[in-house]
Amino acid sequence: MNAPLRAENLAIGHGKRSLLSGMDFAIYAGELVALIGVNGIGKSTLLRTLAGLRSALAGDVRVEGVPIAFLSASRRARRVAIVLTGRPATGQLDVETLVALGRQPWTGRWGRLSAEDHARVDRALRFAEADHLRGKALHACSDGECQKVLIARALAQDTPVLLLDEPTAFLDLPNRAAIVRMLRRIAQEERKAVLFSTHDLQLALDLSDRLLLLRDGPLWNGTPAEAVASGTLEHAFSGTGIHFDAGGGHRFER
Amino acid sequence: MRKGLLWSLLFAIAGVVLAVIGLGIGSVHVPLGEVWGALTGSLQDGTAAVIVRQVRLPQVLTAALAGGGLAAAGLIMQTLFRNPLAGPGVLGITSGAGLGVAVVTLTGASAFLPWPRDLLVVAAALSGAFGVLTLITLADRRIGDGLTLLIIGLMTGYLCSAIVSVLQSASAAQALKDQVMWGMGTFGAVQGVQLWWLATVVLAGLIAAIALVKPLNALLLGEEYAASMGTDTARTRRIAIGTTGLLAGVITAFCGPVAFLGLAVPHIARLFVRTNDHAALMPASILLGSALAIGCDSVTRVAGTDPALPLNAVTSLLGAPVVLWILLGGEHRSRA
Repeated sequence: MNAPLRAENLAIGHGKRSLLSGMDFAIYAGELVALIGVNGIGKSTLLRTLAGLRSALAGDVRVEGVPIAFLSASRRARRVAIVLTGRPATGQLDVETLVALGRQPWTGRWGRLSAEDHARVDRALRFAEADHLRGKALHACSDGECQKVLIARALAQDTPVLLLDEPTAFLDLPNRAAIVRMLRRIAQEERKAVLFSTHDLQLALDLSDRLLLLRDGPLWNGTPAEAVASGTLEHAFSGTGIHFDAGGGHRFER
Repeated sequence: MRKGLLWSLLFAIAGVVLAVIGLGIGSVHVPLGEVWGALTGSLQDGTAAVIVRQVRLPQVLTAALAGGGLAAAGLIMQTLFRNPLAGPGVLGITSGAGLGVAVVTLTGASAFLPWPRDLLVVAAALSGAFGVLTLITLADRRIGDGLTLLIIGLMTGYLCSAIVSVLQSASAAQALKDQVMWGMGTFGAVQGVQLWWLATVVLAGLIAAIALVKPLNALLLGEEYAASMGTDTARTRRIAIGTTGLLAGVITAFCGPVAFLGLAVPHIARLFVRTNDHAALMPASILLGSALAIGCDSVTRVAGTDPALPLNAVTSLLGAPVVLWILLGGEHRSRA
Protein backbone atom coordinates (compact mmCIF):
# COMPACT_ATOMS: atom_id res chain seq x y z
CA MET A 1 0.00 0.00 0.00
CA ASN A 2 1.04 3.57 -0.68
CA ALA A 3 2.23 5.22 2.52
CA PRO A 4 3.34 8.82 1.81
CA LEU A 5 4.37 9.25 5.45
CA ARG A 6 6.34 6.76 7.48
CA ALA A 7 8.11 6.95 10.85
CA GLU A 8 10.92 4.49 11.51
CA ASN A 9 12.22 4.00 15.03
CA LEU A 10 11.48 7.70 15.52
CA ALA A 11 12.46 9.52 18.71
CA ILE A 12 11.27 13.07 19.34
CA GLY A 13 11.89 15.70 22.00
CA HIS A 14 13.32 19.10 22.80
CA GLY A 15 17.09 19.39 22.69
CA LYS A 16 18.43 16.36 24.52
CA ARG A 17 15.25 15.68 26.48
CA SER A 18 13.46 12.81 24.80
CA LEU A 19 9.66 12.80 24.90
CA LEU A 20 8.86 9.67 22.93
CA SER A 21 11.03 7.09 21.23
CA GLY A 22 10.97 3.90 19.18
CA MET A 23 7.91 4.90 17.16
CA ASP A 24 7.14 2.96 13.96
CA PHE A 25 4.03 3.77 11.97
CA ALA A 26 2.81 4.64 8.51
CA ILE A 27 0.00 6.88 7.30
CA TYR A 28 -1.55 5.64 4.06
CA ALA A 29 -3.01 7.61 1.19
CA GLY A 30 -6.75 8.08 1.55
CA GLU A 31 -6.69 7.52 5.28
CA LEU A 32 -7.69 9.81 8.19
CA VAL A 33 -5.69 9.09 11.33
CA ALA A 34 -6.30 10.70 14.71
CA LEU A 35 -3.41 11.41 17.08
CA ILE A 36 -4.57 11.05 20.68
CA GLY A 37 -2.79 11.65 23.96
CA VAL A 38 -2.87 13.73 27.11
CA ASN A 39 -1.51 17.29 27.25
CA GLY A 40 2.27 17.48 27.17
CA ILE A 41 2.80 13.94 25.90
CA GLY A 42 4.33 15.26 22.66
CA LYS A 43 1.57 15.44 20.03
CA SER A 44 2.59 18.86 18.73
CA THR A 45 6.27 17.94 18.81
CA LEU A 46 5.54 14.75 16.86
CA LEU A 47 3.54 16.67 14.22
CA ARG A 48 6.29 19.31 13.86
CA THR A 49 8.91 16.58 13.55
CA LEU A 50 6.83 14.81 10.89
CA ALA A 51 6.55 18.13 9.02
CA GLY A 52 10.33 18.59 9.15
CA LEU A 53 10.05 21.75 11.27
CA ARG A 54 12.12 20.09 14.02
CA SER A 55 14.74 17.42 13.62
CA ALA A 56 14.21 13.94 15.04
CA LEU A 57 16.35 12.90 17.99
CA ALA A 58 16.77 9.47 16.41
CA GLY A 59 15.27 7.40 13.61
CA ASP A 60 13.72 8.64 10.39
CA VAL A 61 10.68 10.39 9.01
CA ARG A 62 10.24 9.24 5.42
CA VAL A 63 8.08 11.17 2.99
CA GLU A 64 7.32 9.16 -0.14
CA GLY A 65 10.27 6.98 0.81
CA VAL A 66 12.81 9.81 1.19
CA PRO A 67 14.16 10.76 4.65
CA ILE A 68 12.76 14.22 5.35
CA ALA A 69 16.14 15.53 6.51
CA PHE A 70 17.45 14.98 2.96
CA LEU A 71 14.78 17.19 1.42
CA SER A 72 15.34 20.91 0.86
CA ALA A 73 12.77 23.23 2.44
CA SER A 74 11.02 23.77 -0.89
CA ARG A 75 10.93 20.07 -1.83
CA ARG A 76 9.61 19.22 1.63
CA ALA A 77 6.94 21.90 1.26
CA ARG A 78 5.66 20.21 -1.91
CA ARG A 79 5.08 17.00 0.04
CA VAL A 80 3.94 17.94 3.55
CA ALA A 81 1.51 20.69 4.58
CA ILE A 82 0.70 21.51 8.19
CA VAL A 83 -2.05 23.44 9.97
CA LEU A 84 -0.84 24.69 13.35
CA THR A 85 -2.95 25.63 16.36
CA GLY A 86 -3.99 29.21 16.86
CA ARG A 87 -4.75 32.09 14.59
CA PRO A 88 -1.74 33.76 12.97
CA ALA A 89 -1.77 37.57 13.27
CA THR A 90 -1.79 38.39 9.57
CA GLY A 91 -3.32 41.87 9.89
CA GLN A 92 -4.57 43.32 6.64
CA LEU A 93 -4.37 40.18 4.52
CA ASP A 94 -7.50 38.95 2.79
CA VAL A 95 -8.38 35.27 2.90
CA GLU A 96 -7.78 34.72 -0.80
CA THR A 97 -4.21 36.09 -0.62
CA LEU A 98 -3.60 34.08 2.54
CA VAL A 99 -4.76 30.83 0.93
CA ALA A 100 -2.65 31.67 -2.14
CA LEU A 101 0.44 31.67 0.12
CA GLY A 102 -0.03 27.90 0.11
CA ARG A 103 1.12 27.96 -3.53
CA GLN A 104 4.55 29.29 -2.54
CA PRO A 105 6.40 25.96 -2.94
CA TRP A 106 5.17 25.85 -6.55
CA THR A 107 5.68 29.49 -7.61
CA GLY A 108 8.86 31.14 -8.85
CA ARG A 109 11.27 33.67 -7.38
CA TRP A 110 8.65 36.45 -7.09
CA GLY A 111 5.74 34.29 -6.00
CA ARG A 112 3.65 35.27 -9.02
CA LEU A 113 0.58 33.04 -9.43
CA SER A 114 -0.08 31.25 -12.73
CA ALA A 115 -3.55 30.41 -14.03
CA GLU A 116 -3.11 26.92 -12.60
CA ASP A 117 -2.17 28.37 -9.20
CA HIS A 118 -5.33 30.49 -9.20
CA ALA A 119 -7.40 27.44 -10.13
CA ARG A 120 -5.86 25.46 -7.25
CA VAL A 121 -6.58 28.28 -4.80
CA ASP A 122 -10.20 28.47 -5.98
CA ARG A 123 -10.57 24.71 -5.65
CA ALA A 124 -9.06 24.70 -2.13
CA LEU A 125 -11.37 27.53 -1.04
CA ARG A 126 -14.42 25.66 -2.34
CA PHE A 127 -13.36 22.33 -0.87
CA ALA A 128 -12.83 23.89 2.56
CA GLU A 129 -16.16 25.75 2.30
CA ALA A 130 -14.32 29.06 2.63
CA ASP A 131 -15.20 30.47 -0.78
CA HIS A 132 -17.51 33.14 0.65
CA LEU A 133 -14.72 34.42 2.95
CA ARG A 134 -12.33 35.45 0.12
CA GLY A 135 -12.36 39.17 0.80
CA LYS A 136 -12.43 38.93 4.59
CA ALA A 137 -9.43 39.41 6.91
CA LEU A 138 -8.53 36.45 9.13
CA HIS A 139 -9.10 38.39 12.36
CA ALA A 140 -12.64 39.14 11.22
CA CYS A 141 -13.41 35.41 10.80
CA SER A 142 -15.03 33.28 13.50
CA ASP A 143 -12.97 30.43 14.96
CA GLY A 144 -14.73 27.94 12.71
CA GLU A 145 -14.20 30.07 9.60
CA CYS A 146 -10.56 30.65 10.54
CA GLN A 147 -9.95 26.90 10.75
CA LYS A 148 -11.53 26.39 7.32
CA VAL A 149 -9.33 29.12 5.85
CA LEU A 150 -6.19 27.58 7.32
CA ILE A 151 -7.21 24.17 5.98
CA ALA A 152 -7.82 25.76 2.57
CA ARG A 153 -4.28 27.19 2.66
CA ALA A 154 -2.87 23.73 3.39
CA LEU A 155 -4.99 22.21 0.58
CA ALA A 156 -3.69 24.81 -1.86
CA GLN A 157 -0.18 23.56 -1.05
CA ASP A 158 -1.23 20.39 -2.90
CA THR A 159 0.77 17.87 -0.85
CA PRO A 160 0.26 14.11 -0.44
CA VAL A 161 0.59 14.51 3.34
CA LEU A 162 -1.57 16.81 5.48
CA LEU A 163 -0.88 17.29 9.21
CA LEU A 164 -3.12 19.26 11.58
CA ASP A 165 -2.45 20.23 15.19
CA GLU A 166 -5.74 20.28 17.12
CA PRO A 167 -7.93 21.61 14.30
CA THR A 168 -11.04 21.31 16.51
CA ALA A 169 -9.74 23.31 19.48
CA PHE A 170 -11.91 26.31 20.44
CA LEU A 171 -14.79 25.13 18.21
CA ASP A 172 -18.37 24.34 19.18
CA LEU A 173 -19.66 20.80 18.68
CA PRO A 174 -21.27 21.27 15.21
CA ASN A 175 -18.12 22.99 13.94
CA ARG A 176 -15.90 20.26 15.38
CA ALA A 177 -17.92 17.59 13.61
CA ALA A 178 -17.92 19.61 10.38
CA ILE A 179 -14.13 20.03 10.44
CA VAL A 180 -13.37 16.34 11.09
CA ARG A 181 -15.87 15.29 8.39
CA MET A 182 -14.13 17.69 6.06
CA LEU A 183 -10.77 16.07 6.89
CA ARG A 184 -12.31 12.68 6.15
CA ARG A 185 -13.50 13.90 2.74
CA ILE A 186 -10.06 15.38 2.05
CA ALA A 187 -8.45 12.02 2.79
CA GLN A 188 -10.88 10.02 0.71
CA GLU A 189 -11.48 12.28 -2.27
CA GLU A 190 -8.01 13.81 -2.58
CA ARG A 191 -6.23 10.55 -1.65
CA LYS A 192 -4.12 12.34 0.94
CA ALA A 193 -2.60 10.87 4.06
CA VAL A 194 -4.19 12.99 6.82
CA LEU A 195 -3.02 12.97 10.45
CA PHE A 196 -4.65 15.25 13.02
CA SER A 197 -4.18 15.59 16.75
CA THR A 198 -7.26 16.02 18.90
CA HIS A 199 -8.71 15.80 22.37
CA ASP A 200 -12.10 14.95 20.91
CA LEU A 201 -12.17 11.21 21.63
CA GLN A 202 -15.69 10.67 20.40
CA LEU A 203 -15.07 12.39 17.08
CA ALA A 204 -11.82 10.49 16.64
CA LEU A 205 -13.48 7.16 17.38
CA ASP A 206 -16.47 7.82 15.12
CA LEU A 207 -14.85 9.51 12.13
CA SER A 208 -11.21 8.45 11.82
CA ASP A 209 -9.92 5.32 10.13
CA ARG A 210 -7.20 4.71 12.66
CA LEU A 211 -5.89 6.01 15.98
CA LEU A 212 -2.34 6.67 17.08
CA LEU A 213 -2.37 6.76 20.86
CA LEU A 214 0.61 8.44 22.50
CA ARG A 215 1.16 7.34 26.10
CA ASP A 216 3.90 6.39 28.50
CA GLY A 217 5.26 3.25 26.92
CA PRO A 218 5.03 2.18 23.29
CA LEU A 219 2.82 3.96 20.78
CA TRP A 220 -0.54 2.23 20.25
CA ASN A 221 -1.71 2.02 16.65
CA GLY A 222 -5.03 0.51 15.53
CA THR A 223 -8.62 1.07 14.44
CA PRO A 224 -11.18 2.75 16.71
CA ALA A 225 -13.02 -0.57 17.09
CA GLU A 226 -9.84 -2.31 18.23
CA ALA A 227 -9.09 0.50 20.65
CA VAL A 228 -12.46 0.07 22.34
CA ALA A 229 -12.52 -3.76 22.23
CA SER A 230 -9.01 -4.20 23.58
CA GLY A 231 -9.64 -1.83 26.48
CA THR A 232 -6.71 0.31 25.33
CA LEU A 233 -8.55 3.56 25.92
CA GLU A 234 -9.77 2.48 29.35
CA HIS A 235 -6.19 1.53 30.19
CA ALA A 236 -4.67 4.74 28.76
CA PHE A 237 -7.02 6.86 30.85
CA SER A 238 -6.92 4.67 33.96
CA GLY A 239 -6.79 6.61 37.18
CA THR A 240 -8.30 9.73 35.58
CA GLY A 241 -11.89 8.91 36.57
CA ILE A 242 -13.01 8.44 32.97
CA HIS A 243 -14.71 5.18 31.91
CA PHE A 244 -15.39 3.81 28.44
CA ASP A 245 -18.33 1.69 27.45
CA ALA A 246 -18.53 -0.94 24.69
CA GLY A 247 -19.47 1.63 22.05
CA GLY A 248 -16.45 3.82 22.78
CA GLY A 249 -18.54 6.41 24.62
CA HIS A 250 -17.13 7.77 27.86
CA ARG A 251 -18.55 9.08 31.08
CA PHE A 252 -16.98 10.92 33.95
CA GLU A 253 -16.95 9.88 37.62
CA ARG A 254 -18.53 12.47 39.84
CA MET B 1 -2.19 43.48 -6.38
CA ARG B 2 -3.39 45.63 -9.27
CA LYS B 3 -4.63 48.16 -6.73
CA GLY B 4 -1.15 48.19 -5.20
CA LEU B 5 0.33 48.99 -8.59
CA LEU B 6 -2.08 51.88 -9.03
CA TRP B 7 -1.14 53.38 -5.67
CA SER B 8 2.55 52.92 -6.40
CA LEU B 9 2.08 54.85 -9.63
CA LEU B 10 0.22 57.61 -7.82
CA PHE B 11 2.90 57.85 -5.13
CA ALA B 12 5.58 58.04 -7.84
CA ILE B 13 3.74 60.88 -9.57
CA ALA B 14 3.24 62.64 -6.23
CA GLY B 15 6.98 62.31 -5.61
CA VAL B 16 7.86 63.92 -8.94
CA VAL B 17 5.36 66.75 -8.44
CA LEU B 18 6.61 67.43 -4.91
CA ALA B 19 10.19 67.35 -6.18
CA VAL B 20 9.52 69.96 -8.88
CA ILE B 21 7.69 72.19 -6.38
CA GLY B 22 10.40 71.61 -3.76
CA LEU B 23 13.16 72.62 -6.15
CA GLY B 24 11.71 76.13 -6.23
CA ILE B 25 11.31 76.47 -2.46
CA GLY B 26 13.97 77.94 -0.21
CA SER B 27 15.73 81.08 0.96
CA VAL B 28 15.94 82.01 -2.73
CA HIS B 29 12.63 81.47 -4.46
CA VAL B 30 12.88 80.02 -7.96
CA PRO B 31 9.72 80.23 -10.12
CA LEU B 32 8.39 76.99 -11.58
CA GLY B 33 9.29 77.97 -15.13
CA GLU B 34 12.93 78.52 -14.22
CA VAL B 35 13.03 75.22 -12.28
CA TRP B 36 11.81 73.46 -15.40
CA GLY B 37 14.33 75.34 -17.51
CA ALA B 38 17.19 74.40 -15.19
CA LEU B 39 16.18 70.76 -15.21
CA THR B 40 15.74 70.47 -18.98
CA GLY B 41 18.87 72.46 -19.69
CA SER B 42 17.19 75.34 -21.54
CA LEU B 43 18.24 77.63 -18.71
CA GLN B 44 22.02 77.26 -18.78
CA ASP B 45 23.41 79.73 -16.27
CA GLY B 46 22.37 82.30 -13.74
CA THR B 47 21.89 81.95 -10.01
CA ALA B 48 18.59 80.06 -10.37
CA ALA B 49 20.13 77.34 -12.54
CA VAL B 50 23.07 76.91 -10.17
CA ILE B 51 20.85 76.73 -7.09
CA VAL B 52 18.46 74.24 -8.67
CA ARG B 53 21.05 71.98 -10.28
CA GLN B 54 23.89 72.06 -7.80
CA VAL B 55 22.21 72.65 -4.44
CA ARG B 56 18.59 71.60 -4.48
CA LEU B 57 18.60 68.74 -6.99
CA PRO B 58 21.16 66.68 -4.99
CA GLN B 59 19.12 67.44 -1.87
CA VAL B 60 15.84 66.27 -3.43
CA LEU B 61 17.50 63.14 -4.84
CA THR B 62 19.00 62.39 -1.43
CA ALA B 63 15.57 62.79 0.16
CA ALA B 64 14.06 60.41 -2.40
CA LEU B 65 16.73 57.78 -1.79
CA ALA B 66 16.68 58.12 2.01
CA GLY B 67 12.88 58.14 2.27
CA GLY B 68 12.48 55.06 0.08
CA GLY B 69 15.31 53.22 1.82
CA LEU B 70 14.07 53.94 5.33
CA ALA B 71 10.52 52.92 4.41
CA ALA B 72 11.77 49.61 2.98
CA ALA B 73 13.90 48.99 6.10
CA GLY B 74 10.92 49.79 8.34
CA LEU B 75 8.57 47.45 6.49
CA ILE B 76 11.09 44.58 6.54
CA MET B 77 11.60 45.02 10.28
CA GLN B 78 7.86 45.18 11.02
CA THR B 79 7.31 41.87 9.27
CA LEU B 80 10.50 40.18 10.49
CA PHE B 81 9.92 41.06 14.15
CA ARG B 82 6.11 40.69 13.82
CA ASN B 83 5.80 44.12 15.40
CA PRO B 84 3.89 47.09 14.00
CA LEU B 85 6.04 49.51 16.00
CA ALA B 86 9.36 48.20 14.68
CA GLY B 87 11.49 50.58 12.66
CA PRO B 88 15.12 51.62 12.37
CA GLY B 89 14.63 54.44 14.91
CA VAL B 90 12.59 52.64 17.56
CA LEU B 91 14.81 49.58 17.65
CA GLY B 92 17.93 51.68 18.14
CA ILE B 93 19.52 50.95 14.75
CA THR B 94 19.93 54.63 13.87
CA SER B 95 21.29 55.33 17.36
CA GLY B 96 23.87 52.60 16.84
CA ALA B 97 24.83 54.15 13.52
CA GLY B 98 24.89 57.55 15.20
CA LEU B 99 27.30 56.29 17.84
CA GLY B 100 29.57 55.00 15.09
CA VAL B 101 29.50 58.37 13.35
CA ALA B 102 30.14 60.23 16.62
CA VAL B 103 33.18 58.09 17.37
CA VAL B 104 34.71 59.11 14.04
CA THR B 105 33.70 62.78 13.99
CA LEU B 106 34.17 63.64 17.67
CA THR B 107 37.35 61.78 18.53
CA GLY B 108 39.15 62.90 15.42
CA ALA B 109 39.86 59.27 14.60
CA SER B 110 39.81 60.14 10.91
CA ALA B 111 43.08 62.03 11.35
CA PHE B 112 44.92 58.84 12.34
CA LEU B 113 43.53 56.41 9.81
CA PRO B 114 44.62 56.42 6.18
CA TRP B 115 41.03 56.17 4.85
CA PRO B 116 38.98 58.97 3.28
CA ARG B 117 36.76 60.54 5.97
CA ASP B 118 33.49 59.69 4.19
CA LEU B 119 34.36 56.04 3.93
CA LEU B 120 35.32 55.98 7.58
CA VAL B 121 32.04 57.60 8.63
CA VAL B 122 30.02 55.14 6.56
CA ALA B 123 32.01 52.16 7.88
CA ALA B 124 31.52 53.36 11.47
CA ALA B 125 27.80 53.93 10.94
CA LEU B 126 27.41 50.46 9.43
CA SER B 127 29.31 48.88 12.33
CA GLY B 128 27.04 50.64 14.81
CA ALA B 129 23.87 49.69 12.90
CA PHE B 130 24.84 46.04 12.58
CA GLY B 131 26.01 45.92 16.19
CA VAL B 132 22.58 46.97 17.44
CA LEU B 133 20.79 44.77 14.87
CA THR B 134 22.73 41.73 16.05
CA LEU B 135 21.79 42.51 19.65
CA ILE B 136 18.11 42.98 18.72
CA THR B 137 18.07 39.75 16.72
CA LEU B 138 19.59 37.77 19.58
CA ALA B 139 17.08 39.33 21.97
CA ASP B 140 14.23 38.48 19.60
CA ARG B 141 15.33 34.84 19.43
CA ARG B 142 15.64 34.61 23.20
CA ILE B 143 12.49 36.33 24.33
CA GLY B 144 10.24 36.51 21.26
CA ASP B 145 8.09 39.14 22.95
CA GLY B 146 7.33 42.27 20.96
CA LEU B 147 7.05 44.69 23.88
CA THR B 148 10.32 43.60 25.50
CA LEU B 149 12.04 43.89 22.14
CA LEU B 150 10.89 47.49 21.76
CA ILE B 151 12.11 48.33 25.25
CA ILE B 152 15.48 46.74 24.53
CA GLY B 153 15.65 48.84 21.36
CA LEU B 154 14.82 52.03 23.24
CA MET B 155 17.34 51.26 26.01
CA THR B 156 20.03 50.55 23.44
CA GLY B 157 19.19 53.89 21.88
CA TYR B 158 19.58 55.69 25.24
CA LEU B 159 22.84 53.87 25.87
CA CYS B 160 24.25 54.99 22.51
CA SER B 161 23.06 58.58 23.09
CA ALA B 162 24.69 58.59 26.53
CA ILE B 163 28.05 57.55 25.08
CA VAL B 164 27.67 60.20 22.38
CA SER B 165 27.01 62.84 25.10
CA VAL B 166 30.17 61.83 26.92
CA LEU B 167 32.14 62.09 23.68
CA GLN B 168 30.53 65.49 22.96
CA SER B 169 31.57 66.97 26.29
CA ALA B 170 35.18 66.18 25.52
CA SER B 171 35.30 67.33 21.92
CA ALA B 172 36.34 70.49 20.10
CA ALA B 173 33.76 73.22 19.42
CA GLN B 174 33.63 72.85 15.63
CA ALA B 175 33.38 69.05 15.74
CA LEU B 176 30.65 69.38 18.34
CA LYS B 177 28.67 71.83 16.18
CA ASP B 178 28.96 69.55 13.13
CA GLN B 179 27.81 66.61 15.18
CA VAL B 180 24.81 68.41 16.65
CA MET B 181 23.76 69.65 13.20
CA TRP B 182 24.10 66.12 11.85
CA GLY B 183 21.93 64.89 14.71
CA MET B 184 19.03 67.07 13.59
CA GLY B 185 18.97 65.29 10.27
CA THR B 186 19.33 66.83 6.84
CA PHE B 187 19.13 65.77 3.22
CA GLY B 188 21.30 68.70 2.25
CA ALA B 189 24.75 67.44 3.23
CA VAL B 190 25.23 64.98 0.38
CA GLN B 191 27.23 66.39 -2.51
CA GLY B 192 28.87 65.27 -5.73
CA VAL B 193 30.36 61.81 -5.59
CA GLN B 194 28.71 61.14 -2.20
CA LEU B 195 25.35 61.10 -3.95
CA TRP B 196 26.57 58.35 -6.26
CA TRP B 197 27.70 56.29 -3.28
CA LEU B 198 24.41 56.77 -1.49
CA ALA B 199 22.46 55.96 -4.65
CA THR B 200 24.43 52.77 -5.31
CA VAL B 201 24.02 51.40 -1.81
CA VAL B 202 20.37 52.39 -1.42
CA LEU B 203 19.39 50.99 -4.81
CA ALA B 204 21.15 47.72 -3.96
CA GLY B 205 19.23 47.63 -0.68
CA LEU B 206 15.94 48.33 -2.44
CA ILE B 207 16.55 45.53 -4.94
CA ALA B 208 17.19 43.18 -2.01
CA ALA B 209 13.99 44.43 -0.34
CA ILE B 210 11.95 43.70 -3.47
CA ALA B 211 13.59 40.27 -3.72
CA LEU B 212 12.40 39.57 -0.15
CA VAL B 213 8.73 39.99 -1.08
CA LYS B 214 7.95 36.28 -1.33
CA PRO B 215 9.59 35.12 1.94
CA LEU B 216 8.26 38.17 3.81
CA ASN B 217 4.75 37.22 2.72
CA ALA B 218 5.33 33.71 4.04
CA LEU B 219 6.55 35.18 7.36
CA LEU B 220 3.20 36.94 7.82
CA LEU B 221 1.88 33.55 8.93
CA GLY B 222 4.76 33.09 11.39
CA GLU B 223 8.13 31.42 11.14
CA GLU B 224 6.85 27.83 11.36
CA TYR B 225 4.27 28.25 8.63
CA ALA B 226 6.91 29.99 6.50
CA ALA B 227 9.29 27.06 6.93
CA SER B 228 6.48 24.60 6.14
CA MET B 229 5.84 26.48 2.89
CA GLY B 230 9.44 26.14 1.76
CA THR B 231 11.01 29.36 3.07
CA ASP B 232 14.59 29.00 4.23
CA THR B 233 13.88 31.09 7.33
CA ALA B 234 17.47 31.36 8.57
CA ARG B 235 18.64 32.62 5.17
CA THR B 236 15.71 35.04 4.88
CA ARG B 237 16.49 36.42 8.34
CA ARG B 238 20.16 36.97 7.38
CA ILE B 239 19.28 38.75 4.14
CA ALA B 240 16.55 40.83 5.79
CA ILE B 241 18.86 41.94 8.59
CA GLY B 242 21.71 42.62 6.19
CA THR B 243 19.42 44.75 4.04
CA THR B 244 17.93 46.79 6.89
CA GLY B 245 21.36 47.33 8.49
CA LEU B 246 22.83 48.46 5.18
CA LEU B 247 19.98 50.84 4.38
CA ALA B 248 19.60 52.34 7.86
CA GLY B 249 23.36 52.53 8.44
CA VAL B 250 24.32 54.24 5.21
CA ILE B 251 21.35 56.61 5.18
CA THR B 252 22.07 57.60 8.79
CA ALA B 253 25.73 58.20 7.97
CA PHE B 254 24.81 60.65 5.18
CA CYS B 255 21.59 62.22 6.46
CA GLY B 256 21.73 61.88 10.23
CA PRO B 257 19.21 59.95 12.34
CA VAL B 258 16.04 60.78 10.37
CA ALA B 259 13.14 60.22 12.76
CA PHE B 260 9.92 58.29 12.16
CA LEU B 261 10.00 57.82 8.36
CA GLY B 262 10.93 54.12 8.58
CA LEU B 263 8.28 53.43 11.20
CA ALA B 264 5.41 55.53 9.90
CA VAL B 265 5.57 55.21 6.10
CA PRO B 266 4.61 51.49 5.87
CA HIS B 267 1.53 52.21 8.00
CA ILE B 268 0.49 55.16 5.86
CA ALA B 269 1.01 52.98 2.76
CA ARG B 270 -1.15 50.20 4.31
CA LEU B 271 -3.89 52.75 4.77
CA PHE B 272 -4.00 53.21 1.00
CA VAL B 273 -3.23 49.79 -0.47
CA ARG B 274 -5.22 48.02 2.30
CA THR B 275 -3.20 44.81 2.25
CA ASN B 276 -0.19 43.29 3.94
CA ASP B 277 0.79 41.55 0.68
CA HIS B 278 4.37 42.74 0.25
CA ALA B 279 4.13 42.50 -3.54
CA ALA B 280 1.87 45.57 -3.33
CA LEU B 281 3.02 47.05 -0.04
CA MET B 282 6.79 47.07 -0.60
CA PRO B 283 6.84 49.16 -3.82
CA ALA B 284 4.07 51.40 -2.46
CA SER B 285 5.99 52.00 0.79
CA ILE B 286 9.24 52.76 -1.02
CA LEU B 287 7.63 55.27 -3.38
CA LEU B 288 5.52 56.85 -0.64
CA GLY B 289 8.64 57.10 1.54
CA SER B 290 10.43 58.94 -1.26
CA ALA B 291 7.52 61.29 -1.84
CA LEU B 292 7.06 62.07 1.86
CA ALA B 293 10.79 62.62 2.39
CA ILE B 294 10.85 65.04 -0.55
CA GLY B 295 7.79 66.77 0.93
CA CYS B 296 9.32 67.01 4.42
CA ASP B 297 12.54 68.34 2.94
CA SER B 298 10.60 71.07 1.11
CA VAL B 299 8.77 71.97 4.31
CA THR B 300 12.12 72.56 6.07
CA ARG B 301 12.81 75.24 3.43
CA VAL B 302 9.32 76.75 3.26
CA ALA B 303 10.02 79.31 6.00
CA GLY B 304 12.84 80.61 3.84
CA THR B 305 15.22 80.65 6.80
CA ASP B 306 18.88 79.92 6.48
CA PRO B 307 19.76 77.39 7.86
CA ALA B 308 16.51 75.60 7.09
CA LEU B 309 14.24 74.12 9.79
CA PRO B 310 15.57 70.92 11.37
CA LEU B 311 14.42 67.94 9.30
CA ASN B 312 13.71 65.81 12.36
CA ALA B 313 11.22 68.34 13.68
CA VAL B 314 9.26 68.04 10.45
CA THR B 315 9.40 64.23 10.18
CA SER B 316 8.42 63.93 13.86
CA LEU B 317 5.41 66.18 13.35
CA LEU B 318 4.37 63.79 10.59
CA GLY B 319 5.38 60.52 12.22
CA ALA B 320 4.49 60.83 15.89
CA PRO B 321 0.73 61.18 15.27
CA VAL B 322 0.88 58.07 13.08
CA VAL B 323 2.43 56.08 15.93
CA LEU B 324 -0.18 57.37 18.37
CA TRP B 325 -2.85 56.36 15.92
CA ILE B 326 -1.42 52.81 15.66
CA LEU B 327 -1.34 52.55 19.46
CA LEU B 328 -4.92 53.75 19.73
CA GLY B 329 -5.90 50.94 17.38
CA GLY B 330 -6.97 53.05 14.44
CA GLU B 331 -5.44 50.81 11.86
CA HIS B 332 -6.83 47.65 13.39
CA ARG B 333 -10.32 49.08 13.48
CA SER B 334 -10.14 50.21 9.90
CA ARG B 335 -9.12 46.69 8.85
CA ALA B 336 -12.28 45.03 10.06
